Amino acid sequence: TVMAAPVMDSWSWFPALALGVSFLKCLFISAYHSTDFEVHRNWLAITHSLPCPGGTMRSNTSEWTLDYPPLFALFEFGLSHVARHFDRNMLQVENLNYASPPTVLFQRLSVIFTDLVFIYAAKECCRCVQEQKGSRDVLNRPSFVLAVLLLWNFGLLIVDHLHFQYNGFLFGILLLSVSKHLQVRHLQGALLFSILLNLKHIYLYVAPAYGVYLLRSFCFSQDNKDGSIRWMSFSPLRLLALGAIVVSVCALSFGPFIAMGQLPQVLSRLFPFKRGLCHAYWAPNIWALYNILDKILAMLGVRLKLLQEAELPRASMTGGLVQEFQHSVLPSISPSITLVCTLLSLRRPSGGVPRGARGFLRCLLLCALGSFMFGWHVHEKAILLAILPLSILAVESREDAGIFLILSTTGHYSLFPLIFTPAELPIKVALMLMFVIFSFIALTKLHMASLLHPLESVYLLGLIPVAIACEVIFPLSSWQQKLPFLPLLVTSVYCSMGVCYSFLRLYISMLRDEERPKQA
Amino acid sequence: MHTWSLVSICVLLGVVTRWGVSLNSYSAGKPPMFGDYEAQRHWQEVTYNLPPQEYFNTTDNDLLYWGLDYPPLTAYHSLICAYAKMINPEWVELHTSRGYESPAHKLFMRATLVADLLIFFPAVVVYCFYLTDGSSKRKVSTVLLFLLYPGLILIDYGHFYNAVSLGFALWGVLALGLGWDAFGSMAFCLALNYKQMELYHALPFFCYLLGKSVKLGLTGRFFTLARIASSVLVTFALCWLPFLSDPGQASQVVRRIFPVARGLYEAACTLLAVLPSCVRLLTKPTFWQFKLALVNSSLAFFLFSYQVHEKSILLVAPALLLLNDLPLMVIWLLLASTFMLPLLLKDGLLLPYVVTSLAFLFFSIYLLSALEHCSEEELRLGAYHKLLFFLPRLDLAGIVRWKFYISIAVMVGLSFVTVAMVPPPHLPDLFPVLVSVTSFSHFFGTFLYFNIVQFSEPPSRKTQKKTN
Repeated sequence: TVMAAPVMDSWSWFPALALGVSFLKCLFISAYHSTDFEVHRNWLAITHSLPCPGGTMRSNTSEWTLDYPPLFALFEFGLSHVARHFDRNMLQVENLNYASPPTVLFQRLSVIFTDLVFIYAAKECCRCVQEQKGSRDVLNRPSFVLAVLLLWNFGLLIVDHLHFQYNGFLFGILLLSVSKHLQVRHLQGALLFSILLNLKHIYLYVAPAYGVYLLRSFCFSQDNKDGSIRWMSFSPLRLLALGAIVVSVCALSFGPFIAMGQLPQVLSRLFPFKRGLCHAYWAPNIWALYNILDKILAMLGVRLKLLQEAELPRASMTGGLVQEFQHSVLPSISPSITLVCTLLSLRRPSGGVPRGARGFLRCLLLCALGSFMFGWHVHEKAILLAILPLSILAVESREDAGIFLILSTTGHYSLFPLIFTPAELPIKVALMLMFVIFSFIALTKLHMASLLHPLESVYLLGLIPVAIACEVIFPLSSWQQKLPFLPLLVTSVYCSMGVCYSFLRLYISMLRDEERPKQA
Repeated sequence: MHTWSLVSICVLLGVVTRWGVSLNSYSAGKPPMFGDYEAQRHWQEVTYNLPPQEYFNTTDNDLLYWGLDYPPLTAYHSLICAYAKMINPEWVELHTSRGYESPAHKLFMRATLVADLLIFFPAVVVYCFYLTDGSSKRKVSTVLLFLLYPGLILIDYGHFYNAVSLGFALWGVLALGLGWDAFGSMAFCLALNYKQMELYHALPFFCYLLGKSVKLGLTGRFFTLARIASSVLVTFALCWLPFLSDPGQASQVVRRIFPVARGLYEAACTLLAVLPSCVRLLTKPTFWQFKLALVNSSLAFFLFSYQVHEKSILLVAPALLLLNDLPLMVIWLLLASTFMLPLLLKDGLLLPYVVTSLAFLFFSIYLLSALEHCSEEELRLGAYHKLLFFLPRLDLAGIVRWKFYISIAVMVGLSFVTVAMVPPPHLPDLFPVLVSVTSFSHFFGTFLYFNIVQFSEPPSRKTQKKTN
């Protein structure tokens, strides 16, 4: 065989990957976009035209409310100044559902452009990954595999560039903050995370991980020999520094509203608890299984004449609307119950706290997944909060790779209902197949072992008939009119099994790590 | 990574790219004639509702309204597509469905491009894996670049199914490369019966097969020729079956397919340009010569023949066959062929044009390390030294590289200017003329280059191994 001279520099594949995915994103500019497009256009208009921050909260010309924290409004304000050069009309608050070609072009390009933050963050994460010895082919290097899993992540492509949102740049800040912690630059990591929290408050899901880790590893500057906390090494100065960073960032973003006495209004917009346990489409978490159990019990009860049909509340959960509702048979779930469940899932049994940067990442992952599993009104897009950090762990450990394959495949498949137009069906199927093929083959080759138990493979293969049934057969059949929510329900329930299973496995693996004797 | 998983990822990327481009709105044109989209729909209407004998003549079929002007296989393909009547009969109602457009119908028309997938894609994969040299990574890169060639994606989006005829022709080339002459001839005849533009490629096929049979002994010659002739005749007969019953009909079909008597002068010019390449192929019928002859003959026909439709430049797609061997020159030629497209694209395709061309440029240079593998030997520039003996010995490889950079800059600049700026009032056609002149000089230069390469000595075994 001929030995190829190393023509490519060791990192030249990274710009190629980044450029390739950016070109791909450009091709989707004319594709379907959801109502989120109008939401963001509305915010561009509001932040641009209304004179002061208070006005942004008071404006209600459009049905879409500003439910991101103030720093995001600042970001939209910045964008609006660039938007002026594309099409001034998009900045008129009255132009509801305005979507001229320059508007679409501008908004889509802004997402593609802000993804540069994500690309930079991915590069930083790839640099932190431990390479193994031995001359490997580029395609077999952990950093290469991680780069593809992050840059070409199916969920981000679908949610950001078809459905339309700005998750790329937000996840970029999260990953950047994670990489700073991996490089032991804790203050920078904390700063980035505070900024992130003020950009989108969904990252509160992982705030406990940050809090505990920073307290443990940063404020207590040294460990005992066996790894437990050395209480005497508490450094109030460091705690003060951290506090200062967090408080100053929050002050910067919320300050104007506190000054105007509008804080309660802002908070109620950010945390709308009136919205119901589940979103219109049930996120694949524990409550989806709870709901379906409730439904089955209700139907059984009616069949067995144990319950009166008239006494049951109307079938509102499956109506596809966003509202509060009651369960029929099982006890109803209130926000406080979900909070308690979430906190329980985050509690570490031995009171131990994460050790080292990898432990921090694992803790972050569990916080994200735990909050996804038990949270109130969770959106299915929040699964990305778990999948992306898990990618980093997957290229380093075999067990995490197996869990990643299950979580990413089911999590990504659960995003399918987001893009429901027939014209985009081939795109989402092709992209999903690409990601699945790559993740399976690359991770298997990387760890040189089979990663999935046969039963797990059967479960994942079961996604194919579910997909065919929901995407192809159902729309062409007569049930489309009678039970329009059925494919969403099936998708949600099937995927929640996979997600719950991944959560359990991650939790168990964390417990096992704790029990193992501490090594240097 | 397993090679076949990489290949499937490349194929999926090709599909996503094509579908992403097709998401742009079809510029369907205006009444009364609408556009190419309407032509395709009309052909489905005609072939479904009328018997084959009437496809090409005027009884119930108004030939002035997008009359069928491709050979019979296109008609049969339209017929198969027309079975979509099962979904919605309104799409192909005779006479009443003119100008019909709806989102569902657009989706259906896009979906019919699956014919690409079935014919073109497998041919590409098989060709790259069995008939090119290099490591498996290089083969996968070649597959990817083949599938990302912008010219075919952009043209097929508006003008439909060129990939099908190119796919058949590619199967023909593939078969000849593997030594299956009869199958190759049959595939090429199918291509010819699909779109008559494939005639541009007919001469090299003919010369190659003839040259190969001449080399055999007398009986071998006889049997080979008989096999090839019979496969050709049978294929033609099967395609033209409905029209053979009446000779008047057959000639009517021919008249529809080749309108207007051609000027003799142009024909002579073209034949003269093609002659050297074909004669060389006749004398040295190797696969390498065959590939070069395909490129040369397409270029010659395009440069010199009559009533050339711009999309005929697609026929330079055979240059992709040489992608692995002469990467820099082929990339240059393909970019020049794509560069002509803005002239005939409606506005909606500007963004896909920019994105796909840039992507092709970047990835071809990167994946094939084209700019590194351009020493004089690899570019086969040896013959130039002999021709330009009167000039001092120059660094031809460096010159080529610089010309490449300059020409890319010129193409990018002209594209930008054509789109963004308005021509001065006293020179309203300035930009189209500039584009045509630039393209012509590119094609002519490449034509000379490939002819010279065809006449130089084939690469030695040693240099072939180095291109990795």
